[in-house]
Amino acid sequence: MKPIEIEEIEIDLILDAMFKRHGYDFRDYARASLKRRLMHRVISENLSHISEMFPKIMRDEAFFKRLLLDLSITVTEMFRDAGFYQAFRETIVPKLRVFPFFKIWHAGCATGEEVYSMAILLHEEGLLKKAQIYATDFNSRALESAKEGLYAADNLALHEKNYSDAGGKTALKDYYRAMYQSFKIHDFLKEKITFADHNLATDGVFGEMHVILCRNVMIYFNQKLQTRVLTLFLNSLDHRGYLCLGKKESLFTTGVVDAFERVSREYSIYRKK
Amino acid sequence: MNSQQKTVVIGVSAGGMEALTVIVKSLPKDFAPAMIIVQHQKEDSDNFLVHYLNERSKIPVVEAEDKQKIGAGRIYIAPPGYHLLVEGDEQFSLSIDAKVSFARPSIDVLFESAADVYAENLIGIILTGANSDGARGLKKIKDAGGTVIVQDPETAHTKAMPLAALALTKADYILPLEKIGPLLYNISGGTKDSKGIT
Repeated sequence: MKPIEIEEIEIDLILDAMFKRHGYDFRDYARASLKRRLMHRVISENLSHISEMFPKIMRDEAFFKRLLLDLSITVTEMFRDAGFYQAFRETIVPKLRVFPFFKIWHAGCATGEEVYSMAILLHEEGLLKKAQIYATDFNSRALESAKEGLYAADNLALHEKNYSDAGGKTALKDYYRAMYQSFKIHDFLKEKITFADHNLATDGVFGEMHVILCRNVMIYFNQKLQTRVLTLFLNSLDHRGYLCLGKKESLFTTGVVDAFERVSREYSIYRKK
Repeated sequence: MNSQQKTVVIGVSAGGMEALTVIVKSLPKDFAPAMIIVQHQKEDSDNFLVHYLNERSKIPVVEAEDKQKIGAGRIYIAPPGYHLLVEGDEQFSLSIDAKVSFARPSIDVLFESAADVYAENLIGIILTGANSDGARGLKKIKDAGGTVIVQDPETAHTKAMPLAALALTKADYILPLEKIGPLLYNISGGTKDSKGIT
């Protein structure tokens, strides 16, 4: 048997073990990037093979937390894909103005940078007071950092540039407190955000949302899981609600394509029919 | 699919547009393999490169899309700002994982995932560039039984990347750009018409 075939078996068994032991289901994740992340943990722990993680997954809680972090964290920025926020201002904001109250679900919010970006945008459009934002992720450690809203200052210049490219109306520094080598998001932006644990691979429908954002999450799933999650979104959206995917994500390889119309091709904004 | 059918992966950085133009222009209409390219670009680049190459190519040049089936006789370009990976069922996946070798898309990420899937049926090529991305990936292609080609550093716009690749792997071919296209045609398992007949 070739080494690559042995590795495939190891990955299958490890994913089964994680599901049975901890309830986290990565079996329908896209394999190639999942494997890179698993190998990253193998190397970081000075192991040689994926199968050596098996006893640790069974018995070592601290190890499992490290592995889970590897498998879930995505790298993001404030106002990542600035053009998307411009498009959101132009196409969705006018529709939200007519509601006395509206709900937004940010699914797979990771460490929260993009949730705060949306809160800032809504604040600048005078809509934050009418909004309720639900920000969910399956990783409790990522959710903790999201709640805290404390970020390393390394990328501040990039965040500032994104903010202004996104059509920001004042300056990003109006929304955070600079600290030693980090910055902290102002509390007033957090008042309308509820952070909650939700796993797209295993959990169910999430209330009648006017907008669902799930950006650069589904690229990590295979087509079967993509279709499951999109069906979940379809059933969680209010009549004529909006679905915002990542710039390079689309509905067209999935089973729900007929249930949505496309609003923005460039920024993958869809609307429930 | 004919088991002899090859797939080509190319990694290129500084000086890439001119280099890719030379190769793409030299490929005939019946060039059979899928060709997958990582060209380092700024994260917020548009798809100018795709249009530019498509206008100069006899084979369709498209931007690679998430979960797209990889088809023969097509040239795919990795979208700026995303890693491009090949899945076991010959589909693409994208990722926004951290930069690898300071790059996203990273040549190493594409090459390593493609080596897993195509093994001895993969041809890996490193062209001009000012960094060392791709060197590890090219070694993995060679270790998996694939064919590796490196642009002759003396003919490269910027030679750091070919040199880094050669430092890690013994190349099967070291060639100037204009000889790479004709070689690919010769070693890549025939044309679309003869596919499956031999």
